[in-house]
Amino acid sequence: MDIELTSQQKEAWAAFRLFAQKEIALRAGEFDREEKLPAELIRTIAARKFLGGTLPEAWGGAGMDMITYGLLNQEVGAACSSTRSLITVHDMVAHAILKWGSENHKMKWLSRLASGETIAAFAVSEPNVGSDLKSVETTATSSAGAYRLDGVKRWITFGQIADLFLVLASCEGKPTAFLVERDRPGLSTTPIAGLLGVRASMAAEVKFDDCVVPEENLIGRKGFGLLSVIPTALGLGRYSVAWGCVGIIDSCVRASVEYADSRRQFGAYLKEHQLIQQMLTEMTVNLKAARLLCCQAGCLKDAGDEREVMETFIAKYFASRAAMGAASDAVQIHGANGCGAEFPVQRFFRDAKIMEIIEGSNQIQQILIAGYSYQEQVRLAHELESFSNSECFSARATDKK
Amino acid sequence: MADEKIRIREFLQRFVRTTNLQDDDDIFASGYVNSLFAMQLIGFLEKEFELKVEDEDLELSNFSSITAMTAFIGRKKAVTVGG
Repeated sequence: MDIELTSQQKEAWAAFRLFAQKEIALRAGEFDREEKLPAELIRTIAARKFLGGTLPEAWGGAGMDMITYGLLNQEVGAACSSTRSLITVHDMVAHAILKWGSENHKMKWLSRLASGETIAAFAVSEPNVGSDLKSVETTATSSAGAYRLDGVKRWITFGQIADLFLVLASCEGKPTAFLVERDRPGLSTTPIAGLLGVRASMAAEVKFDDCVVPEENLIGRKGFGLLSVIPTALGLGRYSVAWGCVGIIDSCVRASVEYADSRRQFGAYLKEHQLIQQMLTEMTVNLKAARLLCCQAGCLKDAGDEREVMETFIAKYFASRAAMGAASDAVQIHGANGCGAEFPVQRFFRDAKIMEIIEGSNQIQQILIAGYSYQEQVRLAHELESFSNSECFSARATDKK
Repeated sequence: MADEKIRIREFLQRFVRTTNLQDDDDIFASGYVNSLFAMQLIGFLEKEFELKVEDEDLELSNFSSITAMTAFIGRKKAVTVGG
């Protein structure tokens, strides 16, 4: 696997970093305090084609490869996890429509999502349903060429402003996905304030009260919501969050190095104290490891290799735990300053905790990755066996005799 | 077709913990189907056999066994060749 970045990817990385540090990072504290993103920032992000970045150019998207897309999420995530989460949820919906939408869905939505004219959100979680999606309680009842949705979704990122929701509902007892426009009668939203982290992610509760949508708003096959549409969306979301965690770690390293380089205690800079060095080492090594795992997942996604499903789980699991560790150490290195509003590390700490819960909690990841470990052993054993039987191997064995 | 069956069986062997998987065994009845397996299976079929699984292909009968999947691949390729 060649993980050397191309020159185009490096150029994109530099551009993403410049934009994020100049336009987002300096105001991220303000976004966090006010618990919202300004509309002009969202318009700016859309104008740069940072929304729907992986959509093909034919639909007005930037046509990013997965590594470039990862770098975008890394740099925006380094500046502000709330802003990065807008990219995440919007693109989850765009990606699901691209893969599973009808031609009418694609014609109606993709170019609008690519331009940011329509902002999308992922409406799956409920008050009683988080990890256990097959127990979805929102219902979709078929009636006269339409569906009537009833139920409540909670913790919907950017639910306060989204124009379009990808909704999971139980239809005839089977999980089914629907596209629901904000202006449908019977749909209402209530802002959720005071989150622990990603406070500017404009989360909302979304209520469906006799909300009628036409049949054509069903996306994917009835009953296949959890076998196609939703996992496709979550797969991209997980990848975006994983790279966002790399961004958090990167910001923690930079903040900690800068602080340790300037703060003196006991007659020496903090960077000269070995226990500070220990923490810097841990976050530096974990940054590299997390980025490599994300790159691996991205390469497999670009290759259309089915291993990308589990390798993305692994990347997100590792990166989110590493982000939490890095943020905790960053606060520790900053001491009391790390607990105040003047330094951003307290925001990194709160945001990092959210990453261990969303897009697959750590505990769900642990169960799934444990099951994957068997698959990997079988696959690798088979692959190596095929090489040991190859002519090349036989010839070299003969040469050695 | 025999080659396709071998490749499909090799893939499924990673999930189905038996060395005795028959061509007509129902993999859904074995309880291995969840959303992750579905995504991995779709990804495998698309890359390995250079086809695209469309929304209308999502019938369990297309993926329930090695025989079913081989027949599905054959139909998809026939459509591609026919244009």
